[in-house]
Amino acid sequence: MFSSDTLLLATIALPFVGSLVASLLPTNARNAEAWLACGTALCVLVSLSLLYPAMADEQIVRSEFEWIPSAGLSFVLRVDGFAWIFALLITGVGFLVFLYARYYMSPEDPVPRFFAFLLAFMGSMLGIALSGNLIQLVFFWELTSFFSFLLIGYWHHDASARAGARIALTVTASGGLCLFAGVIVLGHIAGSYDLDRVLAAGDVIRGHALYLPALVLILIGALTKSAQFPFHFWLPRAMAAPTPVSAYLHSATMVKAGVFLLARLWPVLGGTDYWLYIVGSAGLVTFVMGAFLAMFQNDLKSVLAYSTLSHLGLITLLLGLDSPLATVAAIFHMLNHATFKASLFMGVGIIDHETGTRDIRRLSGLYRFLPVTATLAMVAAAAMAGVPLLNGFLSKEMFFAETIATHNGSLLDDALPYVATLAAMFSVAYSLRFIRDVFFGPPATLPRTPKEPPHWMRFPIELLVVVCLVVGIVPNLTIGPFLNIAVASVLGPNAPVFDLAVWHGFTLPFLMSIIALAGGVATYAVLRVYNLDTGPLFVLAKSRLSVGDTVSAWARRILGLLGTQRLQTQLRILVCVALVAGFLPLVGHKLLPETMELTPIDPAFALVWIIGIVCALATAQQAKFHRLAALILMGGAGLATCITFIYLSAPDLALTQLLVEVVTMVLILLGLRWLPKRLDEGLRQADSSTLMRRYVDLSIALAAGAGLAAVSFAVLTRQVLPDGIADHFLERSYTEGGGRNVVNVILVDFRGFDTLGEVSVLCIVALSVFALLRRFRPAPESLSVPERKRVQEAFDVDHPDRQPGETFADYLLVPSVIMRLLFPVIGTFAIYLFLRGHDFPGGGFVAGLSMAIAIILQYMAMGTVWVEHRIRVYPLRWMALGFAFAFATGIAAWLVGYPFLTSHMFIAHLPIIGDVHISSTLFFDFGVLAIVLGATVLILIALAHQTIRTHRKPSMPSAVADGVG
Amino acid sequence: MEIILALSIGALTSSGIWLLLRSRTYQVLIGLSLLSYAVNLFIFSMGRVQSAAPPLLKPGVPADLAHYADPVPQALVLTAIVITFAMTALFLVVLLAARGLTRTDHVDGRRSGT
Repeated sequence: MFSSDTLLLATIALPFVGSLVASLLPTNARNAEAWLACGTALCVLVSLSLLYPAMADEQIVRSEFEWIPSAGLSFVLRVDGFAWIFALLITGVGFLVFLYARYYMSPEDPVPRFFAFLLAFMGSMLGIALSGNLIQLVFFWELTSFFSFLLIGYWHHDASARAGARIALTVTASGGLCLFAGVIVLGHIAGSYDLDRVLAAGDVIRGHALYLPALVLILIGALTKSAQFPFHFWLPRAMAAPTPVSAYLHSATMVKAGVFLLARLWPVLGGTDYWLYIVGSAGLVTFVMGAFLAMFQNDLKSVLAYSTLSHLGLITLLLGLDSPLATVAAIFHMLNHATFKASLFMGVGIIDHETGTRDIRRLSGLYRFLPVTATLAMVAAAAMAGVPLLNGFLSKEMFFAETIATHNGSLLDDALPYVATLAAMFSVAYSLRFIRDVFFGPPATLPRTPKEPPHWMRFPIELLVVVCLVVGIVPNLTIGPFLNIAVASVLGPNAPVFDLAVWHGFTLPFLMSIIALAGGVATYAVLRVYNLDTGPLFVLAKSRLSVGDTVSAWARRILGLLGTQRLQTQLRILVCVALVAGFLPLVGHKLLPETMELTPIDPAFALVWIIGIVCALATAQQAKFHRLAALILMGGAGLATCITFIYLSAPDLALTQLLVEVVTMVLILLGLRWLPKRLDEGLRQADSSTLMRRYVDLSIALAAGAGLAAVSFAVLTRQVLPDGIADHFLERSYTEGGGRNVVNVILVDFRGFDTLGEVSVLCIVALSVFALLRRFRPAPESLSVPERKRVQEAFDVDHPDRQPGETFADYLLVPSVIMRLLFPVIGTFAIYLFLRGHDFPGGGFVAGLSMAIAIILQYMAMGTVWVEHRIRVYPLRWMALGFAFAFATGIAAWLVGYPFLTSHMFIAHLPIIGDVHISSTLFFDFGVLAIVLGATVLILIALAHQTIRTHRKPSMPSAVADGVG
Repeated sequence: MEIILALSIGALTSSGIWLLLRSRTYQVLIGLSLLSYAVNLFIFSMGRVQSAAPPLLKPGVPADLAHYADPVPQALVLTAIVITFAMTALFLVVLLAARGLTRTDHVDGRRSGT
């Protein structure tokens, strides 16, 4: 037979595997999808049922796999009776829903997505049920929120589906984050995240100072998931989901996860006043409010949604009552509610499917069209109302008995039986309304003439209704043993003796049931007379406070008050905040040290920076009206920076700066053509507010400059801290990295992974630029032929001995020839820079940039068309090649058992040349070269193509794209 | 030397931030470039100034900070320079696209005050 490890792993893994397969099937493969999904569910059911002997023995089956051993976390699958029953419920209802969905989904719906999400959701739910580790449980918990989001928003063309999905995700996922925090606190108290160890530490947890925070956080998680007040609002909106999703998520599984967790952790968290008040009152409010509001809903699914709220409230209330018998009733009602509510949802789905509407006001007399479906739905609705001989009656009876039992003698406790009876009356009323208004009365005019659905679509409902009946009539023979298994695993030795008999004699709970039934009928009768659509009760029911809307309204208001759409204001605030943040740490410290040794001033260096500073200031002044001048001046400041790098012993930086400077110049020059003309209007008379703004900006700029100057001066005049990491790199560069150029060794070896990240950023930018420019639409006034070219053409036209375009072709002829000749020279230089990089200034970055410059020079000299007729440039392939090299180098280290990107030195025996020391980082550096080359060329060429694009025939853009790609 | 380096960092920062707060996209682009010179120099200066001591190891010279310039800020700045280029390129293209779409080169895509 299978080992328990295999069984458990299969249980959890099968749905995800199935989901993956489902997503790969063709779009319209409804049958294949249904076979796959149902088959998966059946396999899981089989593997679960193989665990029955162990469950009957009240054992806990565990299997543990190492996950993050350093953090004391393992992946634990753990099944006890309660988890087992819950897993059976998830899988069983899942199977029926998959079958139903085959017939529900229309041929136009892309079903692979649907079934893939459903299966993945089932896997995540099973993950919650079977987790033996709290962190792992939270992980699956968030997964269910995520897949429920995708499922609710399945019809994403529908705005209400999108909104409903978003609200559900916001509420349940933020609840999940609270749960995560709570679980961490709980694990901290218990000393372990392992469920068994946490469950054994109940007394320690309840006595701990952090008990209350942990409780509150975990309860927020559970109550959001189970849609309990005040987090209930997401559930009715989630009804925009396809009906199979509602039947599965919103009756049997997702919303049950919250109460499952409450029951799971009740032995450790329960038994205090906090538990009683928080859980009990949330449950009570939701129970009554849900039942009340359900009476006024006109959409059948909304009736069911509010009724679900109410029933979940009932379960929560039972768990809040904090007694063993109440817990038994809660677990029992979880199972019962899942059966009748899932069948009701599916029934509503059939009605919707067959008639084209779910509006109670429009539906009437459906019994004569859908006799079988109607009968099934009526039985299920009766179970929902708590009619005797059905399963809903049994758990409701147990609930009534619990409300009577005195717990702490408070006023709330005394009122509980009355409130419970009242809410039960409401639920009878809405169930009755559901039955009578939809199935009886005169036949209505409907969008479609209904007929009975295919048998297999009805089969899931039939099966569930039979379960309702059988459990309701002979509970001890059917559900009894299973309930015993579940209860024993939650309550352990304290498990109470309970009796599931249908008839206990004329007891007080029975009387309450009778009152509820009679009162419910009366309520319904009153409501029928009373105009449902306009009466004050209706207005009260409709004016429900939507927390989501309120929150967004407030957010919008605050945004309007504090936010701005204007970039200048935003940047001003940003710079000021940065200024303050930079200034604060200096408060109370001396900026300048006691003694300072200044290095003597070199007049040449001073001169360089006098020019540099003038350039910088002039750039600031010229950038508005004289763009080209500003660009050149900026280059001046860049060159001063470059000289500084050489002067202060950073040859690699100087090289890189110089090359980047060249590339940036070319880039911006290419862009200048598309900017609007702006004439220098001299110093216009600015109004006072403009002047004011300029003064403010000027003072911000001066403050920032002075501040940064002061801080850098303060640092420069201090001694180097003795325990820096520089020595580490200097010492190991040659011995371990095998290179004498420490900067290069750091980049490609010690911090190679960082470099990989950097070049990835470069690639992403290049691709974004490429994508943005493909859709580039220049402003109309930029489209005209540039003035210089117009003058040249006019010259050709005026001189009869010249061909049109000749002057343009001859333009800058001598520099062009030189640039063409430079191509091989620069190329060789790039290779030289690359090869010497490990020991001398150079390396992949600068080599890639020089090669890019070599190519772009040809474009500048001869024009795009000329170049692309002669050489093919494939920047994307270069980038891909670069990544292949970089990753191959990294993974090669993996293969021989070292961490990613570990370098290795080896000696190659080359003919003629002799022995050559080669480091594996050379291959990595080549990857960097290829990526930098590809990305730079891609950006520049994409921009350069804009000029010729508009002049080409419409068929040409594809050729352009080919040339670039 | 220190004082010159500090002053130039200050001047570059001031010019950069002044342009950053202006209303035309091209001014912001140039401002960002000037600001990145300043920031690169600032990070570089964290390694203190040392002439004629590039971090290229020579045999027989002890490998410590007394004999070589600090390689760590240099490595940081080297990648920063390349990323600056990427940022400039992206911003340039965004500003060109915005100019094409909005018909103006104002940073908000419309004239101020409207």
